[in-house]
Amino acid sequence: MADAPDSEILLETPLAALHRELGARMVPFAGYSMPVQYPTGILAEHNWTREHAGLFDVSHMGQAFLIGPDHATTARALEALTPGDFQSLGLGRVRYTLLTTPEGGIIDDLMVTRPLDPAEDGTLYLVVNAGRKTIDYAHIAANLPAGVRLEIADDRALVALQGPEAAAVMARHCPMAAGMGFMTATNAAFDAIDCAISRSGYTGEDGYEISVKADHAEALVRALLAEPEVAPIGLGARDSLRLEAGLCLYGHDIDEATTPAEADLGFAVAKRRRTEGGFPGADRILAEFADGAPRLRVGIRPDGKAPAREGTAIRDAAGVTIGIITSGGFGPTVGGPIAMGYVAADSALPGTAVTLVVRGKDLAATVQPLPFVPHRYFRKSAS
Amino acid sequence: MTTYFTKDHEWIRIDGDLATVGITDYAQSQLGDVVYCELPEVGATLTKGGEAAVVESVKAASDVFSPVSGVVQEVNAALTDEPAKINEAPESDGWFFKIVLSDSGELAELFDEAAYKAFVEAL
Repeated sequence: MADAPDSEILLETPLAALHRELGARMVPFAGYSMPVQYPTGILAEHNWTREHAGLFDVSHMGQAFLIGPDHATTARALEALTPGDFQSLGLGRVRYTLLTTPEGGIIDDLMVTRPLDPAEDGTLYLVVNAGRKTIDYAHIAANLPAGVRLEIADDRALVALQGPEAAAVMARHCPMAAGMGFMTATNAAFDAIDCAISRSGYTGEDGYEISVKADHAEALVRALLAEPEVAPIGLGARDSLRLEAGLCLYGHDIDEATTPAEADLGFAVAKRRRTEGGFPGADRILAEFADGAPRLRVGIRPDGKAPAREGTAIRDAAGVTIGIITSGGFGPTVGGPIAMGYVAADSALPGTAVTLVVRGKDLAATVQPLPFVPHRYFRKSAS
Repeated sequence: MTTYFTKDHEWIRIDGDLATVGITDYAQSQLGDVVYCELPEVGATLTKGGEAAVVESVKAASDVFSPVSGVVQEVNAALTDEPAKINEAPESDGWFFKIVLSDSGELAELFDEAAYKAFVEAL
């Protein structure tokens, strides 16, 4: 069970010393030494996030600014690489999007924010996956029109505060955060620390992502951890939380060989772009949305107790292989094994009985709608 | 009764020709929360170092190897409903299976308690 010694030199986030002080078990992830869990363990951390507020260090993710002369120019530059509608993105709004390949595959999934402050207009703030930073930045930089540039913000840390008590905690340090709508962003002072805060996350819970200069990250995190509702949460629980929420993990559930239609990410392909096209892979992607993709990402619930891991073959009732599990494990809130994977389109309807081949044995399983645990994002009442 | 240990972090407690097998406290601490375990069939013939059981934590599946060769006489069925026993009491209530030894000479190749302790401390 011992891990092979790792000769690779790992990067650290600005919070590495604090993780060790908190007793984290550090593991290599996307070239970084990251906390996979703290002493309480993944189950307790997962449940704490669903019930209270979990604090995640996601500083390994890539933060960058796309900077142009005005919003329309910068938005068009990003639209040339993604199927999103950024020209219509409002001030202080956040949107999920995809960098696509000419073949319709997914280079990465990312969050895009248009700053709230009109003085910053013309800039879009990007957060990309840690393991794809180098590829994304090179791809974006190589495809920008004159007058628009990419500025990598590697002097910043990023933390996520997620869970039903996150807003109450934030209200004590940054009163304006409590009133923010889901998928909105603002610059704000947390205590006296300048931050860029968005109401978003990747756990299915209400919460925030807070970008802060690296040298202020530890002070920010210590202030959050001093709150009784807040506990530090590692990558292990981040993975089980996002899987229950039905959210894709790049490199597992989506990659350059999966398309937005196959991955059931239609919400990331904007209405205007479906008519206009003009993004890499538009021909294939739009044809798949019109005619149906040959395979689809679905939720899969093993009927028994054994988890089915990534790479597990999925068969139909006749024993024909129809797909593969791309993420699988145990869902602590579900209380049993859960998985996501791709199956042939005619086996993708919820309720379809399938067979998973685990350690040479056939396990019965059922196609399930995603998410496994309902999202509880903050919605402003229409008052 | 004497307890021996393997480099793969199983323990085996000897009572005559019968032995009880489980994983060590170090093993459970490395695995994290166990959410599922698959035990061998009663009557199955196991070989020393061969796959005997599977434990799954939230994150991953790990094999448990048999410390000795022999025939499985009993399995700890309580683990099916309460896999957390493996975390809570790995070296008592969290035992995996009982095996009738086919060659007690194999025990000479295992660690005794002091040697296992030294082995873990060096990891």
